[in-house]
Amino acid sequence: MTSPATRKVRILLWVPLIAFVAFVGLVASGLLKPTANVTLVSKLVGKPLPEFALPPGVAGQPGLTAADFRAGKPRLLNIFASWCVPCAAEAPVLKQLADAGVEIDAVAIRDRPEDIARFLGRWGNPYARIGSDVDSSIQFALGSSGVPETFVIDGKGVIRHQHIGDIRAENVPEILAALKDAER
Amino acid sequence: MRNACLVLLLAALLPLSPALADSKMAPAEYAYRQLPDAKQEKQAQDLMQTLRCLVCQGQSIADSDAEMAGDMRALVRRRIEAGEQPEDIRAWLIERYGDWVSYKPTTAPVTWPLWAAPVLLLAAGIWVGRGRFRRRR
Repeated sequence: MTSPATRKVRILLWVPLIAFVAFVGLVASGLLKPTANVTLVSKLVGKPLPEFALPPGVAGQPGLTAADFRAGKPRLLNIFASWCVPCAAEAPVLKQLADAGVEIDAVAIRDRPEDIARFLGRWGNPYARIGSDVDSSIQFALGSSGVPETFVIDGKGVIRHQHIGDIRAENVPEILAALKDAER
Repeated sequence: MRNACLVLLLAALLPLSPALADSKMAPAEYAYRQLPDAKQEKQAQDLMQTLRCLVCQGQSIADSDAEMAGDMRALVRRRIEAGEQPEDIRAWLIERYGDWVSYKPTTAPVTWPLWAAPVLLLAAGIWVGRGRFRRRR
């Protein structure tokens, strides 16, 4: 006959094993679960654009400063590069937005004027201004982590929306809605 | 037009995450070069070991060969050279990318259970051990 105390110890003996199995299960499920594409959203959405002043990215077009976004009307700030494939895919959609009256400025990441000129010659130029960010420092200042990305900036220079990846035709309503929202 | 179709096809095949293609430009000045001042370089190195590469995600910017990691190292070294404190640079990045960008554990409330765990486990161990020793006597 076992005393109640012994029985209690026997049950307690299983606790470490159960805890261990639960721990292994947790780790295994974490390892086996396919990682969702981490999209790193900028924490600056809702905050003013950081100050910057970039030299022109291409001959014949002005460079870009943060002050350009405080002119009273919402604008798009598109981060692109001539060496980025989705940027080329996005170009016709940006052109379509520009033709519809949306004002778009650009930051060209790690790019050379001749490459930007070739890119724009081939895919069209929807940009009012292009700033050249040769060491990605403005990209980091914006909390952006890749090309292409697009920010909707309201007339006071506050970041209102961020689109990560290329803007596809199906994303246009979302961008237009964000621009409309930024007017308020 | 054929080229445009090809590019669109390629873009469609790529995942939605930003493309990892490399530019044609040389790495930033301080991407692969140490700071002249050894003490500053040590500060920069210690910080870079604890900052996450934005596009490789499992690596620190000190470990990664990605172009963007090189630009981040250059940013860290430039700022350290200009006299900025490492923790201020970390805070600047966290302000933009969230705690995710830093490998250094924080003391935010969400991590309190982790900090408390060793103390609690030790206390539980002592309690269990004490019971056993008492029974032996």
